[in-house]
Amino acid sequence: MHPRLELRNISKRYPGVVANDDVSLSIQPGEIHAVLGENGAGKSTLMKIIYGAAHADSGEIYCDGNLILAHNPAMSRALGIEMVYQHFALFESVSVVENIALSASSAFNLPSLAEKIRELSLRYGMPIDPHRQVHDLSVGERQRVEIVRCLLQAPKLLILDEPTSVLTPQAVVKLFDTLRQLAAEGCSIVYISHKLDEVQELCDTATVLRNGKVTGTARPKETTSLELARMMVGSKLPEMHVSPAAPSEKPVLEVRDLSAKARDHFGVDLKDVSFNVHGGEIVGLAGVSGNGQAELIALLSGERRHGQGDAIKINGTPAASLRPDERRKLGLAFVPEERLGRGAVPSHTLWENAVLTAHRFGTVRKGLVDRRRAAAFASGIIDRFKVKANGPAATAQSLSGGNLQKYIVGREIALAPKLLLVSQPTWGVDVGASAFIRQTIVDLSRAGTAVFVVSEELDELFEICDRLLVICQGRVSPPLLRTSTDREEIGLLMTGRTMGKDQTGSSSVALQD
Amino acid sequence: MRIAAPVLASVLTLIVGSIFFASLGHDPLPTLYAFFVEPLSSMNGLSEWLLKASPLILIACGLAIGFRANVWNIGAEGQFIMGAVAASGVGLFWSDPDSALLLPLMFLAGMAAGMAWAAIPAFLRSRMNTNEILVTLMMTYIATLFLSYLVHGPWRDPAGFNYPQTALLPAAAMFQSFDPAYRLNSSIFITVVAVFLMWLFTDRSFLGYKMSVSGAAPLAARYAGFRESAAVWIGLLAGGAAAGIAGMAEAAGPLGQLSPQVSPGYGFAAIIVAFIGRLNAFGIVLGGLLMSLLFLGGEGVQMTLALPSALTRIFQGILLFFLLAADFFIFYRIRLVRPAPDAHALETAR
Repeated sequence: MHPRLELRNISKRYPGVVANDDVSLSIQPGEIHAVLGENGAGKSTLMKIIYGAAHADSGEIYCDGNLILAHNPAMSRALGIEMVYQHFALFESVSVVENIALSASSAFNLPSLAEKIRELSLRYGMPIDPHRQVHDLSVGERQRVEIVRCLLQAPKLLILDEPTSVLTPQAVVKLFDTLRQLAAEGCSIVYISHKLDEVQELCDTATVLRNGKVTGTARPKETTSLELARMMVGSKLPEMHVSPAAPSEKPVLEVRDLSAKARDHFGVDLKDVSFNVHGGEIVGLAGVSGNGQAELIALLSGERRHGQGDAIKINGTPAASLRPDERRKLGLAFVPEERLGRGAVPSHTLWENAVLTAHRFGTVRKGLVDRRRAAAFASGIIDRFKVKANGPAATAQSLSGGNLQKYIVGREIALAPKLLLVSQPTWGVDVGASAFIRQTIVDLSRAGTAVFVVSEELDELFEICDRLLVICQGRVSPPLLRTSTDREEIGLLMTGRTMGKDQTGSSSVALQD
Repeated sequence: MRIAAPVLASVLTLIVGSIFFASLGHDPLPTLYAFFVEPLSSMNGLSEWLLKASPLILIACGLAIGFRANVWNIGAEGQFIMGAVAASGVGLFWSDPDSALLLPLMFLAGMAAGMAWAAIPAFLRSRMNTNEILVTLMMTYIATLFLSYLVHGPWRDPAGFNYPQTALLPAAAMFQSFDPAYRLNSSIFITVVAVFLMWLFTDRSFLGYKMSVSGAAPLAARYAGFRESAAVWIGLLAGGAAAGIAGMAEAAGPLGQLSPQVSPGYGFAAIIVAFIGRLNAFGIVLGGLLMSLLFLGGEGVQMTLALPSALTRIFQGILLFFLLAADFFIFYRIRLVRPAPDAHALETAR
């Protein structure tokens, strides 16, 4: 029997990097095949080549034994190859069925399409109501829409790119059931991930990529995670050093009964949020995205102000109605989740981006920008945080995501903050750089800074945080000590199950089944 | 690439201009010569060239400060008129027409009037989030009609044979010409200083840096805590001040009095100058010289070859059109999208 998909000696090079170097792999019908690798290992490029969104410089792709020539996404769909992207492409303002109809290649009839969606989603154990508006859906539900959209085409090969990064542990279990059912019916699945435990639980075979090359193939269920990790990151695994926290007596950040309406109807209202962060400790906020994290972080950073000044206190000073630069004078520094356009101006150079928040640190004198000092400041960050950049005159948009993140984290840490807010510190950052950023954050906190981290990656929070909070539909749980809680408890809190009965809104319903 | 677009646009404008001349029955090369070279071949021509470039450059410098922060002041024409009106009012009605303070007072009055006219849209934008493009444009029409009312009514020169114009300004209210034979006067030094200030502000000052962040990435400006309303106020007031001063210099220079046609469209042409100059001080000087030449050349061929006076505006329009198009093609690439393959294509693929 021919393999469902076979890649032979695929190579792809972009200016300056070899994204894929002589990659071969084959996937049988009904097989769940993992493509493992750090960010930047070449997984995404390889998937784009399989899907036809990018073209290999050399090598061949066979589908069911037939060589694919002129390849493009339309051809993929004709061949039965479907892809669920990491970032969804849904229109928020229309319903599920309308979204799916928009991507249909042929004529459609909305009522019968809706019936099909309902039927198919039930059959695979992930019910969705086709007439719900997409902006009302949780991230997990949106992913279901994307998957159902693919399933409607009766695919022979389904590609999923980091599908669990936005899901609760419970939702991951449901997703895996669906995928196993699909595989049992003969659909091949390519599962892209850097999470070893998931791959070991779900996948039959794995191809590991590093620096664009295949560094190994394995049967994950019969391989230890240490072996897989070695293949992924090479011999030297980064190690974290987390010494015990010594929290300060008084809290640096105090939040008391903070309530706020969402800014638009896609947002979430915050309800009576209260917590403290002391100097010398790291407090993490866990939660499925879209449960009020964006609102909370905007209120803490000052990008959004609050009428009741003492709802947020920094070092005892009421700060809720202060602007971001006024809060920074109180010792705040902040790393936002969007690097380009929020944490940095894309078209500006790195030294100009240093002035963005470091203008009180000698880079501006007598109202004029001191270019020499700004460049020296930027060079300092580049050296100290090993940012791969073409010097301080490189533009922010010319850096890779991980390097820009290192630069922004470095810039904020160089401000010697008393309070550091970090949102998604290692989103899209490779394993090596992630470990470095996490270690830097831990070191900063052990030197006395209060750190508040918002992240959707539970592993990360468990690795670095001393205390954990969970946000669900705008409510924040009481703090949990990392040493006395586990993923299960956090996962339940993320779905809002143990947080009272009055708030079983749409997203928690979806995440429960 | 940022410099390539204006150059490319200028070349394309010349080519289309040639086609245009040919279609009107004029040999393109001599006509282009009459348009672009002849005006500069006499002392008087050079004087007129700088005289017209000066207000264009001055206004464009002010506008560019706002444009860099995405504050779109389209109403420099109105601010220019109000500057001319206020300055002329001081010049005509100040108690001591021989005072040495008259010209400085007119300068301040013109600047203040331009800023006041721009402050209205700034207030509306920062307080009520109105669109400054529409408000500044509409304010221009109010200014034009206000000027028309003054020169037809209360400020009309009683000894002016009923022409809609004011009396001539006293000598102390006028900029000195360098040479009585030519109209170029000392107000050009104001423009020179303005160009330097504009460079200092945009390239070196922290305030200018904040404005550029507001323009390039509004969320980053909010992240850093730079006030959006500050960018709106500074952007509009800088444009208003520059246009008001330019209006004052026009009244106190070549015109010497107010009439309904105080501005030959400097306020609008300066928008094009700012963009051709890439919102950069040095570029604006070049853009202003080019635009001034279009004004001169248009007048020249109107007289020598009896071509229509609309030609100047047509050339301005073509130039702006090509500039925007060149920018578009430099920043975006056109890609043809092939339709999805059908069953036949799949067969051949095998």
